Amino acid sequence: MSSTIKSPWLIHYDASSCNGCDIEVLACLTPLYDVERFGIINTGNPKHADIFLVTGSVNERNIGVLQQIYSQMLEPKVVIACGICACSGGVFRDCYNNLGGVDVAIPVDIYAPGCAVRPQAIIDAVVAGLGVLEEKRAAFAATGGKLAEKPVLASGLSSANKIVDGVSVRDAAFTKAREASKALASVTDRQEGANND
Amino acid sequence: MTIISFAVALVGFVIFAPVLGCLLAGVDRIVSARLQGRVGPVLLQPYYDVRKLLAKENRSVNGYQEFYIVLSLAFAILSGVFFFAGGNFLLVLFVLTLSSLFFIIAAYSARSPYADAGAQREIIQIASYEPMTILLCVTFFMATNTFNVSEVFNRDLPLVATLPLVFAAFLFILTIKLRKSPFDLSYSHHAHQELVKGITTEMSGRTLALVEITHWYESILFMGWVALFFIWNTMLAIPVVIIAVLLIYFLEVFIDNTFARVKWQAMLFWSWTVTIICCLLNIIYLIVLGYLG
Repeated sequence: MSSTIKSPWLIHYDASSCNGCDIEVLACLTPLYDVERFGIINTGNPKHADIFLVTGSVNERNIGVLQQIYSQMLEPKVVIACGICACSGGVFRDCYNNLGGVDVAIPVDIYAPGCAVRPQAIIDAVVAGLGVLEEKRAAFAATGGKLAEKPVLASGLSSANKIVDGVSVRDAAFTKAREASKALASVTDRQEGANND
Repeated sequence: MTIISFAVALVGFVIFAPVLGCLLAGVDRIVSARLQGRVGPVLLQPYYDVRKLLAKENRSVNGYQEFYIVLSLAFAILSGVFFFAGGNFLLVLFVLTLSSLFFIIAAYSARSPYADAGAQREIIQIASYEPMTILLCVTFFMATNTFNVSEVFNRDLPLVATLPLVFAAFLFILTIKLRKSPFDLSYSHHAHQELVKGITTEMSGRTLALVEITHWYESILFMGWVALFFIWNTMLAIPVVIIAVLLIYFLEVFIDNTFARVKWQAMLFWSWTVTIICCLLNIIYLIVLGYLG
């Protein structure tokens, strides 16, 4: 057992949720749950963090922020999607601006569903994430300090962004979102036209 | 300070100071957690943190930030060695200031707005406590007629008996030196602050581990300064020093947990006010004592 899993430092990013999961993440730090028992610290700085907790779903405005934070974190690192919105888009899944869960932007290691996700589930997810962190550390150490996997590029290509039938999953999600947005706009236009008549 | 005492202090300080400093930091975190009604981490948590940071990927914002941090650590160690070898107190202070300056240069080298603001606040912190450290030297000389730290072992009374107000003012700036609230403006050990992580924002992995280790060395050096006030020429001094150091450290942790961070104006105003009033009164007392004695 290495020191890596005894001192997991977190960074928390609230992508675009109702803040329910956000509050539950902060609840973990209170005396009732006290995650510092496990050496967990909420750092607020991606360059110090080992575990990236994301709440809320991804849209076109925050996908760049998510990838930026992820790329600033040093290996070994783990991403945990907290709450159903971060896992799959949740109730906002069909919104015109919604691209889906966190895994459309960056590779996710642990999914912790719930609406809102309970503090117990967050702690469980972090503890499960420690196992992944230890695996990644061993793989990282085996490469002799070189990168275990390529960092996410500015274009948003990551291991989670698979190429299916020659089209990247993320680009497909963007296209779908734009089409839905246009369709909605044309419906609104038609309604407004009808009202004018 | 002879060559032998220098060699003994070098080996002793380099090996034992980080061990004791790490344990002190661990106790700090447990006591802080208990004061907040939490269980808190294990005693060796700071050690695990540093081990983890050393195992992280080695990526830095530029090629020389780590070099500055290594220099900062080296001068902090050198300062501690001079002190525990019973050397010149002025030299100890100047070398320690050099260590702080390299830490600031390291933060500035990143050219990041958060690190820059943190570094500026660190400079204000130095401006706040530097008059006190100089006056500490002056009053130490007035009381003992030497700058040599080893002189305290020859005294009939502990230094705190002749310099009580200087000790009080020193405790005030010790809070700044140990980076404790309400004066943890440039860099706090606690969760969020408005400057992300202030002066250490752009430091990561191995560099951040070195910063932590520097902090362990500095903590032990400052506890040595506290001990300086309680040593005199009997064996009774040993338990007195241990109890005094532990009490003062607990006091610092207690202050850390009960005060909110102040603005830099308040820090500068209060540290200068306390320093000047306490040291002046103590200097007058020393002069009067000189005429009477």
